[in-house]
Amino acid sequence: MLTKRIIACLDVHAGRVVKGVKFIDIIDAGDPATQAARHAREGADEIVLLDITATHEGRQTLLDTVRRTARELFVPFAVGGGIRSADDAAQVFEAGADKVSVNSAALADPMLIDAIGRSFGAQAVVVAIDARRDPNAADPVRDAQVFVQGGRKPAGRRVIEWAREAEDRGAGEILLTSMDSDGMRTGFDCELTAAVSEAVGIPVIASGGAGTVAHFVDVFGRGKADAALAASIFHFGVSSARSLKEELAAAGISVRLPC
Amino acid sequence: MRVTVIDYKAGNLTSVLKALRHLGAEAEVTDGDLSMVESAERLVLPGVGHFAATERLDATGLTPAIRAAIARGVPFLGICVGMQWLYAGSTEAPNQSGLCHFTDGCTHFAESTEKVPHVGWNSLEVKRGSCLLAGVEPGEYVYFTHSYKAPVTDDTAATTYYIEPFAAAVERGNVMGVQFHPEKSGATGLKILRNFLEWKAEATAC
Repeated sequence: MLTKRIIACLDVHAGRVVKGVKFIDIIDAGDPATQAARHAREGADEIVLLDITATHEGRQTLLDTVRRTARELFVPFAVGGGIRSADDAAQVFEAGADKVSVNSAALADPMLIDAIGRSFGAQAVVVAIDARRDPNAADPVRDAQVFVQGGRKPAGRRVIEWAREAEDRGAGEILLTSMDSDGMRTGFDCELTAAVSEAVGIPVIASGGAGTVAHFVDVFGRGKADAALAASIFHFGVSSARSLKEELAAAGISVRLPC
Repeated sequence: MRVTVIDYKAGNLTSVLKALRHLGAEAEVTDGDLSMVESAERLVLPGVGHFAATERLDATGLTPAIRAAIARGVPFLGICVGMQWLYAGSTEAPNQSGLCHFTDGCTHFAESTEKVPHVGWNSLEVKRGSCLLAGVEPGEYVYFTHSYKAPVTDDTAATTYYIEPFAAAVERGNVMGVQFHPEKSGATGLKILRNFLEWKAEATAC
C-alpha cells in the first residue's frame, strides 16, 4: 500500500541548519549533512533542504552543502531556494539532489517548470506555493492567493489555478505552504490542502502549522495530503520521524514502518 | 567490482553512481562508447522521464551492444524506464520499440480516483527464488515515482499494488529490472543493489 510520507525539512543559511519562528530568533541547529543523515536514519521518508537566504554569493556554499548532504543519503532528496534557471537546477542535480523545488522564479517565468521537467523528468520538479486564504473573497479557500517574498507580497495568482498550471507544465509535486498557519503550531490548513489536492492529479505536500501528531492525522485525512513537511518536528514532543510515524500508524494512517 | 552505467540522457545519474560507489563498486559511465559495453562486467541502465528517451539507445548503437552483452551472460539491471525498456515497448511512446527481452508492453495506470504518478514508498510482495531480492522480507518498502508500469508475468520477481498489481521487479537469469529506485530506497534499496553486484551465474536458486 502506498504510504503517506513524512518529509523532514532543513532550513539552511550560509551552510548551517537554522531554526526559528518566522525567521525570528534564528538559532544554529547544526550541520546539514549530519542532520539529514540523522533524519533519514530516524525514519524520515524524504529530506528537503531549503536555502532560506539564497543569495548569489551563497550559491557555491549551497552546492557544497548539497554535495556533502547527498553523499551518504539514500532516500529522496529535494533542494529549494534561489533556483532561477534550468542551469541552476542542473547544478543542484549534479551535486546530488533528486528534485528541485521552485517558487518565485517559476511564478516570474512559468516556462522554467517545462524546461526543468523536459531535461530531468516531471518527478524532479516540485513547485512550491506560498498560500494565504483571501478573507475578502466569496470563498476564502477556493480563492486563496499565491504570495511571494516570504508571504509578504501577493503574486496576483489564485492558488488552485496556479497549481493546475504547474501540473500542466509538468510539475511532479506541489509543496503547499499555508502562510496563515506557518509557525503557528495550530494545525495545517486542511481545507486549503484538500481543495488543492482535489484540484490536481499530482501529489500535494502539506506544510505550515504542524504542532501535534493529531495535526498530521488531520491533514492526511481531512486535508487529503499525500505527504507532510515537518520543519521543526522535534519542537513539539516527538523525538523522531519514527515516533511520529508510530503514532500515525496507531491512528490508522498508512506509513512506512519499520523504517 | 566494475559496473558500467549507461547514460542515454534520461535524467540524472548522480544518485545511482553514488549508491553503487557507496557499495564499493567501481562505477563508470558510457554515453555511446560501445567498447565499454562490449567489455562490461556488469551493466546498469537507469532512467527517469519519458520512454521516448530510449530512442537514443537505438540511435547510438547501444541497443545491439547491450543485447550482445546480455547474450554473453553479463548481469544487467534496468531501473525505472530502464526496466520498462526490457519489455516490447510502452504506450507512452508507441512508435519506440523496447528490447523485447520480456513479453508484453508497459501501459499507463488504469483510470481511477487515485493520483498518477504513483509517488512514494510502497511495499514489495516478493516471489520465491529471486536472486535480486534475496533477503528482502515481505512488505519491505521501496520508493517509486512513475505513471507507466510493466505487466505481471511469469518473469515478475515482485509485485506492488497501486490501483492494480504491477511488476515492481522482473528477473530471468542475468537480466533484472526494478520499477522503483533502489538508490533512493534506504537500506532495502542498498541490499538489492548489493545483490545485483554480487550476482553470479553459477549461483543456484536464491
